[in-house]
Amino acid sequence: MSQIKIATLGLAAAVAVSSALVAAPAFAAGEVKPPKSVHFSFEGPFGTYDRGQLQRGYKVYEQVCAACHSMDLVAFRNLGDPGGPEFSPAEVRVLAAEFPREVVDGPDDLGDMFERPGKPSDYFPPPFPNQAAARASNSGAYPPDFSVIAKARPNGPAYIYSLLVGYEDPPAGMELRDGAYYNSYFPGGQIAMAPPLFDEMVEYTDGTPMTVEQYSKDLSAFLMWTAEPKLEERKRIGFQVMVFLVVLAGLLYFTKKKLWRDVDH
Amino acid sequence: MSGQSTYHFKNPAVRWLDSRLPIISAMKVNALDFPTPKNLNYFWTFGGILTLFLGIQIVTGLVLAMHYTAHVDQAFNSVEEIMRDVNYGWLMRYMHANGASFFFIAVYIHIFRGLYYGSYKAPRELLWMIGVVILLIMMATAFMGYVLPWGQMSFWGATVITNLFSAIPLVGEPIVQWLWGGFAVGNPTLNRFYALHFLLPFVLAAVVFLHIWALHVPGNNNPTGVEVKSNKDTVPFHPYYTVKDFLAVIVFLIVYAAFVFYLPNYLGHTDNYIPADPLVTPAHIVPEWYFLPFYAILRAIPDKLGGVIAMFASIGILFLLPWLDTSKVRSAAFRPLYRQFFWILVLVCFGLGYLGSQPAEGGYVIASQILTAYYFLHFLVILPLLGLFEKTKPLPGSISESVLSKDKGGGPTDGGGGTVAAAAASAPEKRG
Repeated sequence: MSQIKIATLGLAAAVAVSSALVAAPAFAAGEVKPPKSVHFSFEGPFGTYDRGQLQRGYKVYEQVCAACHSMDLVAFRNLGDPGGPEFSPAEVRVLAAEFPREVVDGPDDLGDMFERPGKPSDYFPPPFPNQAAARASNSGAYPPDFSVIAKARPNGPAYIYSLLVGYEDPPAGMELRDGAYYNSYFPGGQIAMAPPLFDEMVEYTDGTPMTVEQYSKDLSAFLMWTAEPKLEERKRIGFQVMVFLVVLAGLLYFTKKKLWRDVDH
Repeated sequence: MSGQSTYHFKNPAVRWLDSRLPIISAMKVNALDFPTPKNLNYFWTFGGILTLFLGIQIVTGLVLAMHYTAHVDQAFNSVEEIMRDVNYGWLMRYMHANGASFFFIAVYIHIFRGLYYGSYKAPRELLWMIGVVILLIMMATAFMGYVLPWGQMSFWGATVITNLFSAIPLVGEPIVQWLWGGFAVGNPTLNRFYALHFLLPFVLAAVVFLHIWALHVPGNNNPTGVEVKSNKDTVPFHPYYTVKDFLAVIVFLIVYAAFVFYLPNYLGHTDNYIPADPLVTPAHIVPEWYFLPFYAILRAIPDKLGGVIAMFASIGILFLLPWLDTSKVRSAAFRPLYRQFFWILVLVCFGLGYLGSQPAEGGYVIASQILTAYYFLHFLVILPLLGLFEKTKPLPGSISESVLSKDKGGGPTDGGGGTVAAAAASAPEKRG
């Protein structure tokens, strides 16, 4: 029997060794740099969006990113939704009308498509009519849609922030592809997008510093909202559900205890 | 479940109904008065938890189906519309997506409980085999459900898994095209997966009914593995186990709710928020976490057909388990060696899960091969031999006896079987 016990130990050791074999090449496959650690107001079980930050983030998106990046799933009306930037209805109407592009509508009575200023019910009009046009204007690269991008990347908001502030000179000896820029947070290190943000580029009227870092942070928060517009409602309901379940579990614990008191088990 | 009612109901309407269709007395026999061993621990509450999760998946799934569009051009956006514009649509979707994960957490605990306490042994072989069928249907349903949002992992996961069938000699290629309804994963594939994903849960419900039926013939196993000897060993299911199961359900729901409300995307893959693109292959195609151990086994074998066979065999072997385990003793509490091998198997399964999440290269492949070999060794060699050579501990005379001896100061029944048996032996006056 003790021999079998030794055999057992041997097998356990084999398992441990094979696990150790695995641990070595963990970072071998040219993995990306982990994003910078950055704090956002929407983190944690009670986190909420910072309205001012979302409004500033929208401004950065509209004036800079929207030139190349579509946001097909978000409508102007969403900018006034509870739990979002919460622009007033009047502001939403102005933002829709003043978006850098007009909305393609139609066909009209003559069967022609026409352009008109945006309305709150419109979705953000895309910068390019199709993917081929987008690639043609961006030296072959396709600027991804931004609607859910913050959920489509690991550690989304921190990744977007890191990427935007992470442009730097390529390490000595590194050969960049034509039209590519070095960014160690981007998978592969070479990104087709030129550094998009510069200090003082977008005007903030609420006294927030107009720096690349602040723009990046505000935009990351805004993109988190577009990806997860029901985050505040989710956490609010979550807390109510948790309180209910914990209280119910407590009551059931004592009920069960009383019920089973006279049973040997 | 059938037969003449022995109950006499006072209410004439109930009596009228029950004498024509004994549904009330069947409920009373099977759900209320059902004699259940009184020593079941909390690992026995997962059957109830699983039934609840099947219900949650069907209800949330029905709501989602009312808003979802199964078309390659619209599926991704229709899911996002559910998240944005449908009232509480985000809640339905997050409950459904995380519900699948927690369904699997519960089913794996349920299966390993069966392995630990020998619940698959006679006379419960068929009960166990129906359970393996349930696992297979669950896996098929979950796989097809993951394809529906039509993200990158949906598309590429579907491509990888359906391509497995091309390993079948001669007819592999035609079979895969038949599965796809075309020459690649496309709109016909999405449509049929949607139809099957809607159908299979109801098949599952029917098989669960058979599972419970097969359970109610011999009754529950229990932590001692000793059969019920007299009614002193049992308590009626209601209220004792309805209340205990209810408590366990709520505690399990607390963990589930923590994911639904605070970490809704933690168990998913970020790539599935990128719309499916047949022209862009993701860097690493990985299945959902609950398939990772099987994925590791698939990739451990260098030959494609061999890998597919090994993967299906890793589940198929469970059908033979009641006969591979030759030990007369059910519970690991009285099988000191089996208990160690059980925990090694648990570690091996976790190890395979980890390896399934890593790229198939270098040391990962070697480790997968070692663990895969061990997995099959456990069932094909260790279990048959253990039954012949293992020296088991003396069993208690009955459930009541083991319970009473525990109260006299022995260790807990689970994991301390030796002390239970010893205490029982030293207190012969309690016998009978």
